[in-house]
Amino acid sequence: MVHQVLFIVFGLICVAGAINLLVQRHPISSALSLVVVMASLALIYLLLGAEFVAAIQVIVYAGAIMVLFVFVIMLLNAGAEERTRGSRIALFVGVPGVVVLAGTVGWMLVSGSGRLGTVSISSSNFGETHNIAHLLFRDFLLPFEITSVLILIAIMGAVVLGKREN
Amino acid sequence: MVPLSWYLILSGILFSLGVLGFLLKRNIITIFMSIELMLNAVNLSFVAFANYWNTHPVADKSIVPLSGQVFVFFVMVVAAAEAAVGLAIIISVFRTRETLNVDRVNLLKL
Amino acid sequence: MLTGVAYTTWLERKLIGRIQNRWGPTRVGPFGLLQPLADGIKFILKEDLLPDYVHKGLFILAPMLALVMSLISIAVIPFGETITIAGHTTALQISGITHAGGGISDINIGLLIILGVTSIGVYGIALAGWSSNSKYSLLGALRASAQMISYELALGLSLVGVLLLSGTLSLREIVSSQSGHWLLAGHDTHVPHWFIFPQIIAFFIYLSAAYAETNRIPFDMPEAETELVAGYHTEYSSMKFAMFFMAEYVNMFTVACLASLLFFGGWHGPQLGFLPPLAQSLLPVVYFALKVFFFIFLYIWIRGTLPRFRYDQVMTFGWKFLLPLAIANIIVTSLIVAWGA
Repeated sequence: MVHQVLFIVFGLICVAGAINLLVQRHPISSALSLVVVMASLALIYLLLGAEFVAAIQVIVYAGAIMVLFVFVIMLLNAGAEERTRGSRIALFVGVPGVVVLAGTVGWMLVSGSGRLGTVSISSSNFGETHNIAHLLFRDFLLPFEITSVLILIAIMGAVVLGKREN
Repeated sequence: MVPLSWYLILSGILFSLGVLGFLLKRNIITIFMSIELMLNAVNLSFVAFANYWNTHPVADKSIVPLSGQVFVFFVMVVAAAEAAVGLAIIISVFRTRETLNVDRVNLLKL
Repeated sequence: MLTGVAYTTWLERKLIGRIQNRWGPTRVGPFGLLQPLADGIKFILKEDLLPDYVHKGLFILAPMLALVMSLISIAVIPFGETITIAGHTTALQISGITHAGGGISDINIGLLIILGVTSIGVYGIALAGWSSNSKYSLLGALRASAQMISYELALGLSLVGVLLLSGTLSLREIVSSQSGHWLLAGHDTHVPHWFIFPQIIAFFIYLSAAYAETNRIPFDMPEAETELVAGYHTEYSSMKFAMFFMAEYVNMFTVACLASLLFFGGWHGPQLGFLPPLAQSLLPVVYFALKVFFFIFLYIWIRGTLPRFRYDQVMTFGWKFLLPLAIANIIVTSLIVAWGA
């Protein structure tokens, strides 16, 4: 019961934040509503027993990546959006397309919900840090090392692209 | 007791809102943020399934139950790398074109 | 907590005054002890300006965000074991749960929560500068955010050494793993098992990074009073300015608590057996308070002594010196832990 109430509350905050992202004209308001979405997703992860992932979501996603977005928006001094010709076409074509996509996925999930079970807050703490560490450094060691190389490449790319030519 | 399909429906709603934002918005940075929203929606599915496989015994022994949460870790790393490079590209586009509106950046010629 | 913050301002003004060979507050009450009360009344009675040209929502949100985030990190800090009054045992932590058998549940990821809350605190400053709609504030806010996110890395990495030694992210268990004495080749040296001894480099990295995170001298660039017309809180007056002020002091307090929990053994100290049981259970709190007071004194002392870094010096120090040093510390610590196991 409490589980359902909490899930509905956090889920509504997520969806409200996402809709606010679309509706707002100024990018900084969209960025802040995305931070709200990420924070409520972190709370939903806590409901799902993923405590380490929830902490990482707040530290990395909401606390570093979104700060980067806010930083760039403040640096470039982006103003509110304007309506251009392309946005009309996108409105008439995009919205029905997305409605079809969402409707298909939703219908499949609702009709198949009998075969999927329920999720509960379990007493066994499977999402603890050392469990994830066991997986990450044994079974998934190669992808882990490859992501380190990926981050190195991204750092080099960002530094090179950000340099001013003089 | 929340049905797993509720989590997946929430993930689907967030994903389609992300796609909608990607198609509708005209500011480059807002389009980028819609991409991040899509990635977050997918993360939610991963974590929901990680919980599901941990609480319901799985017949197929090749599925590692907690691997959903490990995959979220990788998705976050990739999202961070992509955000860094993408924002650097946006900054350099802004320096040459002086605009952030996607419709005005439609010619290779400045 | 808030009273502690108020009196930390009094302590700071007194100490800085003494370092600079003057008295500090002496008029209001004996030794100027009622000065924070006078300051509080002044802040409440001052006119709370809301200029026309600011972005109103963010202008009001930013100081609240900064203060709320600082206070959340206090909730996970334990400052003692348990205290038993009239047969009722309580764990000395805002987010600790006491079981019937006397055991205490702590949050498994307490240290990560503090790091996460520090990351969100950057928004308070960035949005304050942005919403003020003025060049000075924006410049100050951009510099402050860049400084804070640069030093978050060194902060987090310097704590990994402690995590390697204690094996847990829970603050209470980190303190428990610092009980007892260090053993050298089987002999009991009577040196307490505090993590400052193997992790002294990590301790200095942590202190430097924490000074940069809380925007205190020598990393004071964002709030430089003489340079940027008071930086990102130029447009703020009375209560909102007071909230930024309070958030900074609460952050200082959190850093001091963390330093004493992670490196100086928390509330461990010599047990005095001759005291009555209630005083005995309060003795750990006294030790903890003494250690925290030492760190706050250190903060104020350094403020009175060191000059301010330039912005490029701040960035060079964080990225080119602290970060490689923290990574080297992790490598050496993990090699030693793996070799010893």
